[in-house]
Amino acid sequence: MPNVFTANRLSDGLVVYLGRDGNWLRDLASAGVAEDKDGIAVLEAMAAQSAKDQIIVGAYPMDVEIDAGKPRAKSVRERIRAAHRPTIKPVSEAN
Amino acid sequence: MYRYDEFDRDFLADRNRDFRGQVARRLAGDLSEDEFKPLRLMNGLYLQLHAYMLRVAIPYGVLSSRQLRQLGMIARRWDKGFGHWTTRQNIQFNWIKLTDVPDILEALAEVDMHAIQTSGNCIRNVTADPLAGAAADEIEDPRVWAEIIRQWSTNHPEFSFLPRKFKFAITGALEDRAAIAFHDIGIRMVGGPGGTKGFRIYAGGGQGRTPYVAQEVKDFLEPGQLLSYLEAMLRVYNMHGRRDNMYKARIKILVNAIGVDAYRDQVEAEWKRIQSEGIDFPAEEVERIRAHFAAPKLPNMRVDEAAFSKARAKDAGFDRWVRHNVSQHRNPQYAIVSVAFKEPGRPPGDASATEMEQVADAAERYSRGEVRVTYSQNVILPHVARVDLHDLYSDLKSAGLVEGNTDLITDIIACPGLDYCNLANARAIPVAQDITERFSDPKRAEDIGELRLNISGCINACGHHHAGHIGILGVDKKGTEHYQITLGGSPGDDASVGSILGPSFPAEDITDAIENIVETYLAKRQDGEAFLTTYKRIGADPFKEALYGTR
Repeated sequence: MPNVFTANRLSDGLVVYLGRDGNWLRDLASAGVAEDKDGIAVLEAMAAQSAKDQIIVGAYPMDVEIDAGKPRAKSVRERIRAAHRPTIKPVSEAN
Repeated sequence: MYRYDEFDRDFLADRNRDFRGQVARRLAGDLSEDEFKPLRLMNGLYLQLHAYMLRVAIPYGVLSSRQLRQLGMIARRWDKGFGHWTTRQNIQFNWIKLTDVPDILEALAEVDMHAIQTSGNCIRNVTADPLAGAAADEIEDPRVWAEIIRQWSTNHPEFSFLPRKFKFAITGALEDRAAIAFHDIGIRMVGGPGGTKGFRIYAGGGQGRTPYVAQEVKDFLEPGQLLSYLEAMLRVYNMHGRRDNMYKARIKILVNAIGVDAYRDQVEAEWKRIQSEGIDFPAEEVERIRAHFAAPKLPNMRVDEAAFSKARAKDAGFDRWVRHNVSQHRNPQYAIVSVAFKEPGRPPGDASATEMEQVADAAERYSRGEVRVTYSQNVILPHVARVDLHDLYSDLKSAGLVEGNTDLITDIIACPGLDYCNLANARAIPVAQDITERFSDPKRAEDIGELRLNISGCINACGHHHAGHIGILGVDKKGTEHYQITLGGSPGDDASVGSILGPSFPAEDITDAIENIVETYLAKRQDGEAFLTTYKRIGADPFKEALYGTR
């Protein structure tokens, strides 16, 4: 099952995804994908270091599906996180 | 309303300075997340799905227009231009940066507000009747005692690390509008012997995964003994509460495990032991606090009843608003107005910065600058002269806040659900939006009549689904959002926990299922009886049959 690592950025809490180069990105489609246990372990070690470096909090691996070569969130929860917004029409736009 | 003294302000300034330092140390790496998390939670700061969420305490739901305007400023400057009224009379900001929190707390302190004890296993914000100090059926203003409990419970050293969070509600009126039966401790002011007034105390109520209606612990308690009695109640709970299992750690589990009689016996024994320790506030301190809540001097504002009736006859919207959103004030020349944040299709509880400012303006113009937040996620203007009602209606109409639907099917309580909350299993707000759009015809909603529909996105029940006449609970069924329906819950004097009707529905079917229930009720009701009355008379079977057939 392909996995990516996600977390919240420490300074503002925003949702981020771990890129292959160790940077944390807002766009899930640009995240580094691990295809097996070894790949997950590599991402996990990078995430742990980022937590120590006060970049992110609460990192965890999440299942993704690959669509046109890019990772896409599977669960409703992760789709909402990846969209960086709720699925509702916010009141500030409604009025 | 209660105004801070120098002691309160100094305390808050110290506390905010501490937190500013803690945030700086967290960002510098001198505090780990494990070390920092309990500190931020003590200041109401959660990390949610998309960002940090700051929950700001609104003590017993009471706000001044100045405070409301400041909340609007915070929403605009540090959030995305809106906040969310919670189901405990507080406000949450959903898009907060950790780096901004110290400045936000300072902005709150400027108007005597904070976020202390809006999280954690401590005594949370005390909730109260939102019509306090104005309602026609009031025995005594509960805000005086809510404030006394607030002062006693803030930073209480013994009760800052309880087995679990702890929630109080208090009402001073004949009708319970504070859902006291669904609180860890519920307090009702009652008349006593010889014309005295005192308290009836209930314990062990709550929602969540194991819902219970609170049970009576003390039939009558003299006012001067309130704090020592509460201290004894909390101490017994603190000693026995299940710290080993968070799902069994609330007082409701204790009270129901050992029985209310055994719990009462232990409380009485502890109370007897500590009564002489001077826990209760001296009478002069109670009077000092009471003076903050002195009834406002409302000028004589006679209304021309003929002109008022004519205005109602001319404008159906105004007439409906008066029928559903205006209630009786203790002064017959005045009224209590519910400002509905529940226009069909909008997210229950969300309020934009502009709306907060508009309501603050209206409160200043028409309600002596006083505002209340309700647990049903609306706002109350408590002291409006009846002669001003039409002008207020017109002002609120331009703000888009005149839906005349208080306690109707479109006045839905909903938690933030999976759109924001880390604990949620399913979305709640979009379900509320769909249902309110389905019932958006105001005549239809009015014909259906009083119907409390509450939605929670998980079993923690922040959306009070157990207490809804119709309750909807979001569940995760093999990775998809499903919704379970309960019927027959009630938050008020006839408090009851709703019963599960049957198998859950997928998201796409839940609005149809609710409409089916409503149509079944309309077909079965007699003499215009309310939904809950019909349900109690005919039971769940006709609803089950209509929804599930023979399956």
